[in-house]
Amino acid sequence: MSVINLKTPLSQKIRKQLKAGDHVRISGIIYTARDAAHKRMIEGLEKGIPLPVDFTNEIIYYVGPCPAKPGEIIGSAGPTTSGRMDIYTPELLENGLGGMIGKGNRSERVINSMMSHDGVYFGCVGGAGALLQSCIKSVEILAYEDLGTEAIRKIEVEDFPAIVVIDTWGNNLYETERKKFAHKI
Amino acid sequence: MKTIHTQKIIDTVAEMCIEANIFLSEDMLRGVCIAESTEVSANGREILENMIENFDIAAKKGIPICQDTGMVVIYVSFGQDLTIEGGSLEDALQTGVAKGYKEGYLRKSVVSDPFIRENTNDNTPAVIHYKVVTGDQLRLKVLPKGFGSENTSALKMLKPSDGMLGVIKFVLDTVERGSPNACAPIVVGVGVGGTMEKAALLAKEALTRPLGRHHPKDHIENLEDYLLEACNALGIGPMGLGGSNTVLGVNVEVFPTHIAGLPVAVNISCYVNRHVEREL
Repeated sequence: MSVINLKTPLSQKIRKQLKAGDHVRISGIIYTARDAAHKRMIEGLEKGIPLPVDFTNEIIYYVGPCPAKPGEIIGSAGPTTSGRMDIYTPELLENGLGGMIGKGNRSERVINSMMSHDGVYFGCVGGAGALLQSCIKSVEILAYEDLGTEAIRKIEVEDFPAIVVIDTWGNNLYETERKKFAHKI
Repeated sequence: MKTIHTQKIIDTVAEMCIEANIFLSEDMLRGVCIAESTEVSANGREILENMIENFDIAAKKGIPICQDTGMVVIYVSFGQDLTIEGGSLEDALQTGVAKGYKEGYLRKSVVSDPFIRENTNDNTPAVIHYKVVTGDQLRLKVLPKGFGSENTSALKMLKPSDGMLGVIKFVLDTVERGSPNACAPIVVGVGVGGTMEKAALLAKEALTRPLGRHHPKDHIENLEDYLLEACNALGIGPMGLGGSNTVLGVNVEVFPTHIAGLPVAVNISCYVNRHVEREL
């Protein structure tokens, strides 16, 4: 299986070249945010408060890491369920967000918004918290420190393994792959 | 009469929380390895290989397998001839959880109120179920329950006329809807009978039965086998990206119920299905 090496930020041109089913290794800066950070960002936008990060062409990783043990920079850090962010995601895509890393399916509204803004959705292995932690090279809390594990972190990753699950054209592995393996009993 | 000091309970619970989160139980490792060797999808095989590699890294580094170190559920079997000294049993169990989550560098994922949602910062309270039994033993089962899978669980009050077919349909619908989010291949705990809350408790406790061990009643064992085959025929596969291993095991527990009812609860766990049991 061939693997595509990606360096963040991801330009619109690169995003459009990615196809559902591509295996990728992501290197560079990505940003962590999950439920509480999304809620705060979107409520902020409604009040005219700018986003704490310029997400143009950037990737958000849906993760709430464990605390770092002594000698480590971060604890286990696998993906959380993306669907809980669906209500907030279109607004971030409208603000330039290039991609998301998580697990699980997305809503039709998010997929339509991804198609309109050339957003790409990567899946990585749920529960693989220790494996994915090993790909994280630096960590800096950028915003919402009071949210603890849910704070927005700027993290540098190296060869972070992921699969393009939904591409900018709306092709969706959750829809296509299952049909190949379903059978009657 | 046997006496156990609360400090012993605190230390034991703390150890159990850490052990459950860092080390995979043998039955689950066997289940995931069998899945990896039988998986027909290339994506699925690669995902399962990554899962197994992750178990090794977690054990070597002494860090949690998954960052969602869960909300802790404890099943307590309390022998009626046992005496606890040094304070309250409930306080000792909760203190043990807080100690384990602090000393194990486990994530604190519990909020104090479902609406206000402020983190309690020590992962308490745990959800504790007590059962008083004969004897003088204290048996503890600790399940740190992640919510990726917990959120895909469901309960339905079926009618007696719905029968076993109704139960099968509800289990399959729940698995089909939830598996991609629940970190498949999953373990499915099913509770049938009792009252509404009894069915839910049975479903949760079903997850603590080791993978591969069947229910002793023939008709329930047959139901478990059928559900396993039917779930895996859905094609959902590891992480929902297609394949032959959607479910590692289906454990069904049953209880007498009312003439008018057929409660059924389905509690889903991811492929890690953390469960540790000890007797004091």
